[in-house]
Amino acid sequence: MHSLVFIKQVPDAAQVRVDYHTGTLIREGVPAIINPYDTHAIEAAVQMKDKFGGIVSVLSMGPPMAEEALRKALSMGADKAYLLCDKVFAGSDTWATSYALWAGAQKVIQENGPVDIFWAGKQAIDGDTAQTGPGLATRLDIPLVTCAIKIIEANPEKGYIIVQRLIEGGSETLQVSMPCMITAEKELNDLRFSPLPDLIKAVKSSVQLLNSTNTTIDPAQCGLKNSPTKVKRVFIPSKRERGEILEPSGKEIADVLFEKIEPVLKQMGRV
Amino acid sequence: MRKNDFDVIIVGAGPAGLAAGYVLAKEGISVAIIERGIFPGSKNVMGGIFYRSSLDDLIPDFYKEAPIERHIVEQKIWLLSEDSMFSTGIKSEKYNVEPYNCFSIFRAKFDKWFAKKVADASAMIINETVVKDLILDGDRVIGVKTDRPNGDLYCDVVIAADGVNSFLTKSLGLRKKITTNNVALALKEIIELPDKVINDRFGVSGSSEGVTIEITGPYFDKMRAIGFVYTNRNSLSLGLGVVTEDMVKLKINPNDLLEKFKSHPAIKPLINGGETKEYMAHLIPEGGYYSMPKLYSNGFMVVGDAAMLVNSIHREGANLAIESGKFAARTYIEAKKIGDFSQKTLSSYQKKLEDSFVLRDLKTYKNLPKLLEEKQYLISKYPKFIIDAMYEMYNVDKVSKSEKIKLIMNKAKKELGYFNILKDVFSVWRDFR
Amino acid sequence: MSHNISEYKDVWVFVEHDRGKIEHVSLELLTKGCQLAQDIGCNVCAFAVGDSVEAFSDKLSEYGAEKFYFIENPALREYRTEPYRDSLLHLIEKYKPEIILIGATTLGRDIAGTLATKLDTGLTADTTALDIDFESETKNLLMTRPTFGGNLMAVIYCPDTRPQMSTVRPGVFQAMKNPVNLEKIREEFELLEDKIPKKILEKVESDSDKINLGFYDVIVAGGRGIGKKENIKLLEDLANVLGGTWAVSRKVVQMGWVPYSRQVGQTGQTVHPKIYIAAGISGAIQHLAGMKSSEIIIAINRDPQAPIFDVATYGIVGDAVEILPQLTQIFGKRLKVGGSNEKE
Ligand SMILES: Cc1cc2nc3c(=O)[nH]c(=O)nc-3n(C[C@H](O)[C@H](O)[C@H](O)COP(=O)(O)OP(=O)(O)OC[C@H]3O[C@@H](n4cnc5c(N)ncnc54)[C@H](O)[C@@H]3O)c2cc1C
Ligand SMILES: Cc1cc2nc3c(=O)[nH]c(=O)nc-3n(C[C@H](O)[C@H](O)[C@H](O)COP(=O)(O)OP(=O)(O)OC[C@H]3O[C@@H](n4cnc5c(N)ncnc54)[C@H](O)[C@@H]3O)c2cc1C
Ligand SMILES: Nc1ncnc2c1ncn2[C@@H]1O[C@H](COP(=O)(O)O)[C@@H](O)[C@H]1O
Repeated sequence: MHSLVFIKQVPDAAQVRVDYHTGTLIREGVPAIINPYDTHAIEAAVQMKDKFGGIVSVLSMGPPMAEEALRKALSMGADKAYLLCDKVFAGSDTWATSYALWAGAQKVIQENGPVDIFWAGKQAIDGDTAQTGPGLATRLDIPLVTCAIKIIEANPEKGYIIVQRLIEGGSETLQVSMPCMITAEKELNDLRFSPLPDLIKAVKSSVQLLNSTNTTIDPAQCGLKNSPTKVKRVFIPSKRERGEILEPSGKEIADVLFEKIEPVLKQMGRV
Repeated sequence: MRKNDFDVIIVGAGPAGLAAGYVLAKEGISVAIIERGIFPGSKNVMGGIFYRSSLDDLIPDFYKEAPIERHIVEQKIWLLSEDSMFSTGIKSEKYNVEPYNCFSIFRAKFDKWFAKKVADASAMIINETVVKDLILDGDRVIGVKTDRPNGDLYCDVVIAADGVNSFLTKSLGLRKKITTNNVALALKEIIELPDKVINDRFGVSGSSEGVTIEITGPYFDKMRAIGFVYTNRNSLSLGLGVVTEDMVKLKINPNDLLEKFKSHPAIKPLINGGETKEYMAHLIPEGGYYSMPKLYSNGFMVVGDAAMLVNSIHREGANLAIESGKFAARTYIEAKKIGDFSQKTLSSYQKKLEDSFVLRDLKTYKNLPKLLEEKQYLISKYPKFIIDAMYEMYNVDKVSKSEKIKLIMNKAKKELGYFNILKDVFSVWRDFR
Repeated sequence: MSHNISEYKDVWVFVEHDRGKIEHVSLELLTKGCQLAQDIGCNVCAFAVGDSVEAFSDKLSEYGAEKFYFIENPALREYRTEPYRDSLLHLIEKYKPEIILIGATTLGRDIAGTLATKLDTGLTADTTALDIDFESETKNLLMTRPTFGGNLMAVIYCPDTRPQMSTVRPGVFQAMKNPVNLEKIREEFELLEDKIPKKILEKVESDSDKINLGFYDVIVAGGRGIGKKENIKLLEDLANVLGGTWAVSRKVVQMGWVPYSRQVGQTGQTVHPKIYIAAGISGAIQHLAGMKSSEIIIAINRDPQAPIFDVATYGIVGDAVEILPQLTQIFGKRLKVGGSNEKE
C-alpha cells in the first residue's frame, strides 16, 4: 500500500497575535507546526502501512523552513519526504496550490510507484479554506472523501476502502474505490508518541527538494500571478473592547439583557 | 558489550549544550543533543544580553548572520529610591564599532539559529524528548533513558546541560542542596514599541544601537533585587531578578513587584504606550562559586546553568555556559584519545575551567552572595545615601555648597556610621581581592 | 488562464437539500443573491441536482429566484461528490453564470472545491461579506473572509476568470421572502450507477453526538461554573428558546459531562455565532481562541475578575445556575415562539 500525504506547515494559530498599530499579523516567534489536521492524515497513512505494508510518502509545498514539518512527518513514521520549494510557487491560491501539488505528486508516483490513498487534512488552520483536498482529488481524477472520522475497512486487494465521514448532523459510511483522496478530521485517530528510533531516523533522512526544473510543473500555472483569486486587501477586525457589565435596574437582569440584544434578535428574525 | 548509539549524549540544547555539541561535531564525534522543547530555544528565557567573545571563538563573526536585536553602545546603572533616580554608566563609540562587545538577543530565535549551525556541523538534535534518567553501570554513566518508546541511548559520556534545575546532577547526587538563597526568581516582560520611539527614548542614533540599564537601590526595599531594561529592535526587555528567599520571607507577590517596578517615575516613561507581548518567569542560579555541584563523574560532565555557572552581578550566564560547553567537549576529545572516560580523566574539565576566566571570575565574587545575604543594606542604604547626597548637591536652596557637604557628611555619620563604612569597604575589598 | 468574461451572466445560488428540505443557508444566499443581481443588473437563479428537486420551485420563487436550473436523476438521490459534480458542471458549463454562491456547509465545501477546479476558476471559502466592486469595469465580486482563526480579514476577488465562486458561512445573511415568478429549466444528464466510484453504506443521524457547532448563530455555552452535569439542561433550554444550540468548555468535557463534540476552543470547534453566551466559563485563552470572533458575547460569571469579561460585549456578574433559567423564562416570553434557525 502506498499512501501519499499532503501536509502544510502553518503558524500555530493559537499563538498568532495581531499588531493593531500596523494592522498585520505578528508571526515572529510563533512556532510553525504541521497543520493539526494533517498530523491525523499522517497517522492514518502510517496505520495503513502498519497493517498492509508498503510506504508512506509526504509532500509539502512551502518555503525551505517547511522541511521541519516534513521531518516531523518522518518522525511520525513516514518514509519519504518531498518539498516543493520554488519562488514560482509563492503566493499561490488554492487553485494554483492544488496544481503544483498535483504535479509534485506525479513525481512522487514516478519514484515510489502508484498511490493507493492520497491523504490531506480537512483544512489548513491558517487559511481555513478546505479547498486543496477537493481540488487535488479533482485533478487526480479520483473519488473524494472529506471529513473522515474513521477508517472502517480497507481492502487493497479488492481495491476499496470503507470510511465514515462527518456530515451535517451526523455521519455517513462510504465505500469508495481506490485510489482515492481522503481528508482527515481530528477524530480520525489518536496520534502516537513516536519511538525514539523513528525520531533519529527522521533527523538522518533527507527531504527531497522539488522545483520547477526537476518536475514537469508549468510555471505559468503557479504563483501569485497565475492564481485566479487575488487579495484586494487585508485588515484586522476591530479589537474586542471590554464591554458593559449589566446591573439589574429595577427590572430583572434578563429584561435588561433582552433589551440590549433585541435589535440583533430582530435582525435574525427571532423577534 | 553494548554498542554505543552515540559517542556523547548532551542533555539540553541551551547555549551550553549547543556549544559542546558544536565542538564535538566539528571534530567528527558522533553526538546527540536531546531537548525537551519543540525546538531549541522554545523553552528558554533570557533577559537578553549576549557577550560576543565566547561564541566568536567557535563561529567567527557569528553576529553578522545570527538573529541579534541591537549591539549595545551604552550600559547604565540606575539607583532608584521611591521618588528619585541616580544614574551612572558608560557610553562609548568603541562599543559602536564591529565586532562589538555584546548584543541584545531573543533566545527563542538565537538558540534556534545556533542549533541549526550545530546540526549543520552534523550533531544530531532530537527535540520534544525528555531525558528521564541516567543509565548506570556501577558508578559509571553509560547512557540516558528518555520518555519515548524504545527510548534508551548509550554512549561514552553524558554531558548534562539541562539548565538551572538540572535533574541529572541531582539524580547523580553531585549537587548541593539548592536553597532559596542560591537562586533568584527572574520575571521578564517583552514590551513592544516602535523602533523609532525606542531610539528617541534611549538616545541612540539608529535601530541597531542598544542600551542596557541595570537597576537597584532602596526602591526594592529589603530585597536583593536587580531590575533591568534592555532595548531590542522593536521592544524592550524589562524585568527583575529577586533572590527567592527574600521574596518568600517578605511574602511578596512577584507580579505586584513587577507592576510596582514598572510604575516608578523613571521607568514609566520608558515603557509608556508599549504593549506587553510576553511574560515569563525563570530561575537564575545566583549562589556563585560555593553553590557549584561537583562538575564531573565517571562518564559524566556538567555544564552551564546546571553547573551554576552564572555571574549575576555582570549578568553573564550564556557566555559562561558556552565556555563550559567548549571545555567539556575538549575534555571528551582528550579522553577519547586514551579511551578512558573515568572521573580521573574527566577531572581535567574542572582544571580547564579553573584556569579560565570562568572560575576565576566566579572565585572573585565567591563571597558576594553571602555578603549580600548578611549585609543587604549594601544595596539599599548606600544607594539611598548616594541618591540623597546627589539630590542635596543639586538642590539650590540658598544653603552654601560647603554647608551642604557638611550636612551630607553628618548624615553619613548618623545613618551609616563612619566606622561601619570602613568595615564595609574593608569586607568588600577583602572579598574581591 | 482567463475566460471570456462577457459570456457569463447571472448570479446562481446552489440549492443544498437533505431529505426533501432546502437547507436554510441556501435561502439566505438567495436573498443576498437578489441584492447582488440588482447591483450588477442581472437575474438571480437557483440551481440544484437530486432525485426530485422540482418540488423546491415554490419555495425558491418565494425567496426571489427568477430561474431554477435543475437535473433529476435517481443516482443523485443522496449526495455523492462525483455524480453531483458532473451534473452540476453540465448546468454551469451550459449556462455560464457569472457568480456562484454555495453555503459553507460540509457538503458545500466538499462540492465547491471540486467544481472550481474543474471550471478552472477561483473559489473563496467561508466568506462573511459579499459586495460588488463598482469601480471595476466588470463589476467584480468582493468576497471578505476571515483567516488565521479570525485574526485577520481578507478581501478577495477573482478578476480574470468566471464564474466567481464563493462558499458563504451559514447565518451570515438573513433569508427574506421576496416572491417572484420563477422559470423552471430542466436539464437531462445521464449517470450510470455502476460507473460511480462510491456507495453509501449507511447514514447515521446523531444530532447529540456529532454536531457542527459552526452552523448555529446562537450558542449557549457552559463551563465548570455550571456546577454539575444535570445543569447542561439549563443551557439546552435557553438555546432552544433562542433557536440555537449549546456548547461547553474543555473542563466540562474533561469532567465527562458531555462528549467532546460539544467543546469550543483551540482543541475543540471554532465558532462565530451572532450571539455567544458563556455561562460559568472563566475565559482561558484556549477557550477564547474558539469563540472570540462571535459578534456578541454575553458572559455570566460569579467572579467579576474573570477574564471572559475582557471580551464580553455584555457581562453579568452572578450565579449562572440562577440566571440561566431567568433568561430562558423571560426570553421565552418575549421571543416569537420557535424562533427560526431551524433548517428549512
Ligand atoms: C531573566 C534572565 C535573564 C538573563 N540574562 C542574561 C544575560 O543578559 N546575559 C547572559 O549571558 N545570561 C543571562 N541569563 C542566564 C542565561 O540564560 C543562562 O545562564 C544560560 O541560558 C545557561 O545556558 P544552559 O545551556 O546551561 O541552560 P539553558 O539555557 O537553561 O538550557 C537548558 C536546556 O535543557 C533542556 N532540558 C532541561 N532538562 C531536560 C531534560 N530532562 N531532557 C531534555 N531537555 C532538557 C531545557 O529545555 C533547555 O532548553 C539570564 C537568565 C534569566 C532567567
Ligand atoms: C493545550 C490546551 C488546549 C486547551 N483547549 C481548550 C479548548 O479547546 N477549549 C476550552 O474550553 N479549554 C481548553 N483548554 C483548557 C483551558 O485552559 C481552561 O482550563 C478551560 O477552558 C477552563 O474551563 P472553564 O472556564 O469551564 O473552567 P474554570 O477555569 O474552572 O472556570 C470556571 C468559571 O466559572 C465561574 N463560576 C463558578 N461557579 C459559578 C456560578 N455558580 N455561576 C457563574 N460562574 C461561576 C468561576 O468564577 C470561573 O471563572 C485547553 C488547555 C490546554 C493546555
Ligand atoms: N502548501 C501545501 N502543501 C501541502 N499540502 C497542502 C498545502 N496547502 C494545503 N495542503 C493540504 O490541503 C489541506 C487543506 O488545506 P486548505 O485548503 O488550505 O484548507 C491541508 O490540510 C493539507 O493537507
